[in-house]
Amino acid sequence: MTGWGERWRDYWSPQEVVDTSPRVSDEVKTTTCYMCAGRCGIKVHLKDGGIRYIEGNPAHPVNRGVICGKGAAGIMHQYSPAKLRKPLMRVGERGVGEFREIEWDEAMATAVEWLSRIRADDPKKLAFFTGRDQSQSMTGFWATQFGTPNFAAHGGFCSVNMAAAGMYTIGGSFWEFGEPDWEHAKLVLMFGVAEDHDSNPIKISLSALKRRGAKSISINPVRTGYSAIADEWIGVRPGTDGLFVLSLIHELLQADKVDLDYLARYTNAGWLVIQAPGTAEDGLFARDDKGNPLVLGATGGVANAMEPGGEIRMVGEAALADGRKAVPVFQLIAQRYLDPQYAPEAVAATCGIPADTIRRLAAEIARIAFEEEIELPVPWTDWAGRRHETMRGRPVGMHAMRGISAHSNGFQTCRALHLLQLLIGTIDVPGGWRYKAPHPKPCPPGPKPAGKPGQVEAGKPMAGPPLGYPMGPEDLIIDADGQPLRIDKAFSWEAPIAAHGMMHMLIKNAWAGDPYKIDTLFMYMANMAWNSAMNTAETMRMLTDKDPATGEYRIPRIIYSDAFYSETVAYADLILPDTTYFERWDCISILDRPIANVNGPADSIRQPILAPDRDVRPFQDVLIDLGARLGLPAFVNAEGAPRYPGGYKDYLTYHERQPGIGPLAGWRGVDGASHGKGAPNPDQLQRYIDNGCFWKYELPEEQHYYKHANRAYLDNAVALGLIGNADPIVLQLYVEPLQKFRLAAQGHGAVQPPERLKARIETHFDPLPIWYPPFEGARVDTVAFPLNAVTQRPMPMYHSWGSQNAWLRQILGANRLFMNRVTAAGLGLVDDDWVWVSSHAGRIRAQLKLMDGVNAHTVWTWNAIGKRAGAWNLAADSPEFSRGFLLNHLITETLPGSGAAEGNADPITGQAAWYDLRVRVEKAPAAEAGESAPHFSVLGHPASLRASPDILRYGGAGR
Amino acid sequence: MTSLPIPGQKKLGLVIDLDVCVGCHACATACKEWNSGGHSAPLPDFNPYGADAYGVWFNRIHSFEEGTSGEDGGGDARTVHFPRSCLHCEEPACVTVCPTGASYKRAEDGIVLVNADICIGCKLCSWACPYGAREFDEDEGVMKKCTLCIDRIYNDNIAEAERLPACVMVCPTSARHFGDLGDPNSAVSEMVAARGGKDLMPELGYRPVNKYLPPRRQTTAARPSPAPPVPPPLAAGDNKLLRWVDRLLSR
Repeated sequence: MTGWGERWRDYWSPQEVVDTSPRVSDEVKTTTCYMCAGRCGIKVHLKDGGIRYIEGNPAHPVNRGVICGKGAAGIMHQYSPAKLRKPLMRVGERGVGEFREIEWDEAMATAVEWLSRIRADDPKKLAFFTGRDQSQSMTGFWATQFGTPNFAAHGGFCSVNMAAAGMYTIGGSFWEFGEPDWEHAKLVLMFGVAEDHDSNPIKISLSALKRRGAKSISINPVRTGYSAIADEWIGVRPGTDGLFVLSLIHELLQADKVDLDYLARYTNAGWLVIQAPGTAEDGLFARDDKGNPLVLGATGGVANAMEPGGEIRMVGEAALADGRKAVPVFQLIAQRYLDPQYAPEAVAATCGIPADTIRRLAAEIARIAFEEEIELPVPWTDWAGRRHETMRGRPVGMHAMRGISAHSNGFQTCRALHLLQLLIGTIDVPGGWRYKAPHPKPCPPGPKPAGKPGQVEAGKPMAGPPLGYPMGPEDLIIDADGQPLRIDKAFSWEAPIAAHGMMHMLIKNAWAGDPYKIDTLFMYMANMAWNSAMNTAETMRMLTDKDPATGEYRIPRIIYSDAFYSETVAYADLILPDTTYFERWDCISILDRPIANVNGPADSIRQPILAPDRDVRPFQDVLIDLGARLGLPAFVNAEGAPRYPGGYKDYLTYHERQPGIGPLAGWRGVDGASHGKGAPNPDQLQRYIDNGCFWKYELPEEQHYYKHANRAYLDNAVALGLIGNADPIVLQLYVEPLQKFRLAAQGHGAVQPPERLKARIETHFDPLPIWYPPFEGARVDTVAFPLNAVTQRPMPMYHSWGSQNAWLRQILGANRLFMNRVTAAGLGLVDDDWVWVSSHAGRIRAQLKLMDGVNAHTVWTWNAIGKRAGAWNLAADSPEFSRGFLLNHLITETLPGSGAAEGNADPITGQAAWYDLRVRVEKAPAAEAGESAPHFSVLGHPASLRASPDILRYGGAGR
Repeated sequence: MTSLPIPGQKKLGLVIDLDVCVGCHACATACKEWNSGGHSAPLPDFNPYGADAYGVWFNRIHSFEEGTSGEDGGGDARTVHFPRSCLHCEEPACVTVCPTGASYKRAEDGIVLVNADICIGCKLCSWACPYGAREFDEDEGVMKKCTLCIDRIYNDNIAEAERLPACVMVCPTSARHFGDLGDPNSAVSEMVAARGGKDLMPELGYRPVNKYLPPRRQTTAARPSPAPPVPPPLAAGDNKLLRWVDRLLSR
């Protein structure tokens, strides 16, 4: 070959003249991406009136200039032919896809007619549920103003276990309210993390962590994505992470590798717990007459736990003034987890992790935590006024997400993880795990949910927000007979701490009229007739089911807002078409889920980049308009005229939740000089735009760590409006509110669970973390259904709302069922086989793909790739329909064998237990190969949808 | 047949770090997005909303497993995410095979380009390229390929720090690096030296300019371990709680 080169180098080929400096764009605007929930800052290059190019904003605190596979495909979101173009009224039967296109006047008048009647009669007959809504602080406020307790977003089927367990334990959470100290950690453990919150920050940080030589360990049944680049992959069996973590705790306690100093100073490890079995106060904290918890002093007496200084004991028995005994929380912890049931040998088979591996990991955690401690030369002062010359930390960071959360034991598993973090003293210390503002919050948290008897009245707002954190049975949203008062039964005995609501129960309960019939179901951005529903086929039936007595739908009216022709549009009666994220104002609020990072609060906006080319309106504008038309007090002024005539833009600027606190924290006050709190600033949005559409406040270095006990931070957080008072936040190893529910189940107190749920409450509301087998696996015949089945979203599509994206669907247009090769060999299956996958609820047909990197007891697939024919303006022969499939058909909202009486959910939070699914896989007959099942009738579609082109030559004109 | 230029000093190319690539496809869609309006625009998509949608992509990601699992999940098996685009070879068969001179290698920086004006769409280059890096635009009937974002890297309308290929700009894990591999002192060359950067299929002799940094070894279960923590001797009896009884701690 070398001979060729010699010859050809003698002469030249013709070269073209390349324009190496073309003009990129006419204009660049900043905004916030919405291709997923990650909220990265983007720069949108506009040329000839359209989008030329989207890139990451280097100045933005979330993504620091990078962008992901979805974000860069945002152009194809904007130019999708699946966009709705006009308000619609259903004309055919539900689920058929026949519509009449209507004007906005008619759409709004119809909605107002339906909603005003409900509000005047009984506001709870409106169920208003939003999906991946980033305006929840406004939509929740609207529901409160309307007066219905029946509001929630998608958290109940997403990650409420993660959020609630964290909020009750450490006043913050994994999920997106905290992260490992990526900068200083020497070991990071990630549990059940796929392409999850946060998307780009994890990618950026994981790579930096690897490059500086720190170690990452991924505990995940599947070796893809982050697990693929982890230094160690632990292919745990789904739903057993909690047991694995408790075994690590067992080993650490055995070896006395726990940070007692941290526990004594920052946690309730020393608080005394009353030991009086059979009494109404058993298991509650011993308190003095002012309500202060007590600790065991050096001389055996008791002392106020909130008084700084003094020496305490972690093991021992106190005799209380009334003669009862009490022991420190730590003693209960040590007694429980030193038990041989948590020894590595005892858990290895259940978790699918060799005992030696568990022991080695515990040793590695202990070594790094206790022998590689780090110390930053940053003086700080703690809550009691004691100055510390350095910030010390044990550099073991952790993160966890949906793989932990989406199980019926997810709350306690997440609690177990926090217990592990606390025992080695790694919460908000250098190298450990860090809070993101507005966290930490008081722990246990507030506020409590509204909607109790007397709080829902015709024509009136509710006294408080519909979602919150119950502290005990008295805070449940139930009637005098203990029956649920919310349509989703959140905050009832079925799910007492359902802090995010239970959207997955909504349609089933509304259909059954259980606990009562509703009038209108109003949903936003939630594909509940398809991939967001458990038991999808049954859900579609419930949406279309009619009462034979009246001939009316059992769910009388459905209003839905979506930007695209998703499956759910075909099931709604009135459709309010939304804009894309390039076409509206939006706010990533500090009142909701801000973009804050570990070094300080931050929030951001979206600004309209393009004017809609069709007759659609931003949902938030529509909601505010409806609020004014309905006369909701906060949405009208004293004269009854709209309070926010400019829509969401005006609301963002002028709404105040409390005096001085509004949706946006930056540039408040009439001169824009205040941050956090301050009067509304008419120029606030322009100030955001001038700053790249975000605001960021950098905490001084002395406030970076120990935030829960850091005097300067706590004071500053109050000044910024992040927390209500500057009391230290004591981290809760032992969660007393759980014990209060448990005592009720044991027959104490005025509010007690119904008989059928007593055992369930008593067992699971343990104030210290427990592990129990996921419910479905415990209920079904595990010989008949031997495999776990889970899903994850692919990185290029995570949270990206749909296969209408011409580029992303080329990357993944049909999903497969992935199975371990060894497992397949045992079942006589080979690569590419078509198989039937059966659960207790039904069966689906899918094509197999064999792999090595998956737990041998587990099959998995990419979620939400399968679509329903006719939806999304895709051709009827698209692979999403013909070969794609959903596992949802195999998952039920209620547990098998419970007579539909028990949720397939975490018994504490009501979190949908998607990942508890158990299946059997069998080869499909040859005649059935080639196509997935089940398939449903092809949906019709609105006449105005743009025809899908045969060829896309996007960008060609700009050349 | 098209001749190669006298080789210059400058060999612009990419270094791709397989140790941190998570397969997110950011580089693939960012490439598609930039180049859809760039030098080789458009990058058409055929049947984009139907069956068998396929389009022109200059950068594609392959995910695969390698190695074998041992007992209890041990062994050297791992998952690899492998981005693939033109390697801007020093001896590019795709250029020498071109009958019209449309496919050429630039003398000044080594970038391999296609002059669409004289490409006749014969596809000989795509047959010649062993890396599958050529992308045929059936709509225009011409061959297209990675330009190394030639309309970004020298672009005076772009801030100097951002004059990088779109795939490099965008990569969330910093798995992609751009620079002059002809300069042994460049950051990319030093990275290749330090990490044992590899040529793809070197035995074929096309001398790719782009290099791949191999993934570090991953542990599954069987791995030499530090000694397990040794429990301290227990106090009298075997009640483990006793060792903490006399511990006094300050609040």
